[in-house]
Amino acid sequence: MSRKDPQGPSKGVSSTVLPANKLVVDGVSKWFRTPRTTVHALDNISIEVSAGEVICIVGPSGCGKSTLLDIIAGLTKPDTGRVLADGELVIEPGRQRLMVFQEPSLFPWLDVFGNVMFGLNLCPELTRAERVETAHRFIALIGLENFEHAHVHELSGGMKQRVALARALAPDPQVLLMDEPFGALDAMTREHLYDDVQRIWHDSGKTIVFVTHNMREAACLGDRVLLMSSSPGRIVQAFDIPLSRPRSIYDAELVGYAARIADALRGRTGGGVPE
Amino acid sequence: MRRFIAASIFFLGLLTLWQAGAESGRWSPVLFPSPWSVGAYLWDALLDGTLLEAIWVTLKRLLVGYTVGAMIGLPLGLLASSSQTLEDTLGALALGLQTLPSVCWVPLALLWFGQTEGAMLFVVVMGTVWSVIIATDHGARTIPPIYARAARTMGSRGLHLWTMVMLPASLPFLVSGMKQGWAFAWRSLMAAEIFVTILTGFGLGQLLHYGRELNAMDQVIGAMAVIVLIGLLADRVLFSPWERFMHRRWGTNIG
Ligand SMILES: Nc1ncnc2c1ncn2[C@@H]1O[C@H](COP(=O)(O)OP(=O)(O)O)[C@@H](O)[C@H]1O
Ligand SMILES: [Mg+2]
Repeated sequence: MSRKDPQGPSKGVSSTVLPANKLVVDGVSKWFRTPRTTVHALDNISIEVSAGEVICIVGPSGCGKSTLLDIIAGLTKPDTGRVLADGELVIEPGRQRLMVFQEPSLFPWLDVFGNVMFGLNLCPELTRAERVETAHRFIALIGLENFEHAHVHELSGGMKQRVALARALAPDPQVLLMDEPFGALDAMTREHLYDDVQRIWHDSGKTIVFVTHNMREAACLGDRVLLMSSSPGRIVQAFDIPLSRPRSIYDAELVGYAARIADALRGRTGGGVPE
Repeated sequence: MRRFIAASIFFLGLLTLWQAGAESGRWSPVLFPSPWSVGAYLWDALLDGTLLEAIWVTLKRLLVGYTVGAMIGLPLGLLASSSQTLEDTLGALALGLQTLPSVCWVPLALLWFGQTEGAMLFVVVMGTVWSVIIATDHGARTIPPIYARAARTMGSRGLHLWTMVMLPASLPFLVSGMKQGWAFAWRSLMAAEIFVTILTGFGLGQLLHYGRELNAMDQVIGAMAVIVLIGLLADRVLFSPWERFMHRRWGTNIG
């Protein structure tokens, strides 16, 4: 698959934002109004992500991480602020920003192959043969070539998340949004997936926003880790993780970074570390 | 195979009991015919064509009524699920009228339409439509929103979203709604045929009705047996394939 030039092409209006910023979140706030209360979910969030960068967002449960990803994806509208992708205002979901969701999102009426084909079928620039070939290639990439025609309910939790990853990667999005994709998996499966994910990312060079509530996961996967606090959701601190890749979750330096993030969070919340 | 043997023994036992009861002479054979005489009646009716004719007339009415009922009920059910106001009005109406046994529509139908096919159709549609609305409405509310969200990020919109995501996602409740509608249509039609004794077509319900008029108990029981058989068969032919498909795909027994 041909990698798109990270500098463009930005279709449409030229903008004042530097093109090197693949993704710009600019002063985004969000309130949820229910009949009983109003939740201030996000407060003036600003993030800049450059092309090919991996950003991890960590924070306690309920601090607004999913809401932020939804807004970046274009599934939810912010109350204030805006999101720019390639300098263009995000007003609706688009296949340049694909998402791996927190909850199971594979279509049960399709098998593994059908699920991976779903996004490819919406790529008018590909021929039928190219779509099929791409689907096979991504299913092989996640190591499920023997499960192409398995139904969703026949897969383990880890396999489902791999398929969700392949489904999001196959249409070659420029930005990948991942919302606690491994949150529901056991530690062993998760660690195995870190290796896979780092290998796939390295090969594809995608811009990635990865949400987690696990400090070590964040330190392992991110070039940069943003720490969020809750009520209202704010970005309180940023950490650069200048470690070489591939990284091991047991690497002493990496654990050191994770501890520093955890300390920062503890300082904010005064409680234990959510894990 | 074991299950088949158990079922065969059970039903043969029932038949034997029935035969023994008829032979005991305790009850008049007019009121308690033997399985043989019921069988003989069915065989004769099959040969002279009355049975096939009645089945054909009944199925035709059933299919027309059911199709009309489902075609009204499905969109109304989707509509009811789409807004709270419609749920509180249309949904409440459907819930109320669904509790009305379909035979209660017969007097109204007779006054409005007289002894016509229209009356029959009306009763079947009324018996079907409310339960289809309720099942569809309920099902549409329980489609996980995540499917549409995931599809939209991949660029699915409008017609593609409806046909490739919403429709298959709603298959489990559509099938259960249609199945429920079928059961109600079948019951309503039998009620209608027994009470609406028109001569434009002689259905199974009318066979039952005239069996009573003529004191022909073998005809009454024979017609009942055929009605049971058709109900079972319809379930097998119309709904089982869908339910098997969903069981394979979803991995659970929904619907
Ligand atoms: N659709 C919604 N309606 C009302 N409140 C919501 C909605 N979505 C999220 N929230 C609230 O916004 C806050 C942030 O939620 P979320 O983004 O899911 O957090 P996280 O993903 O970090 O766990 C929570 O307090 C949650 O209750
Ligand atoms: Mg979340």
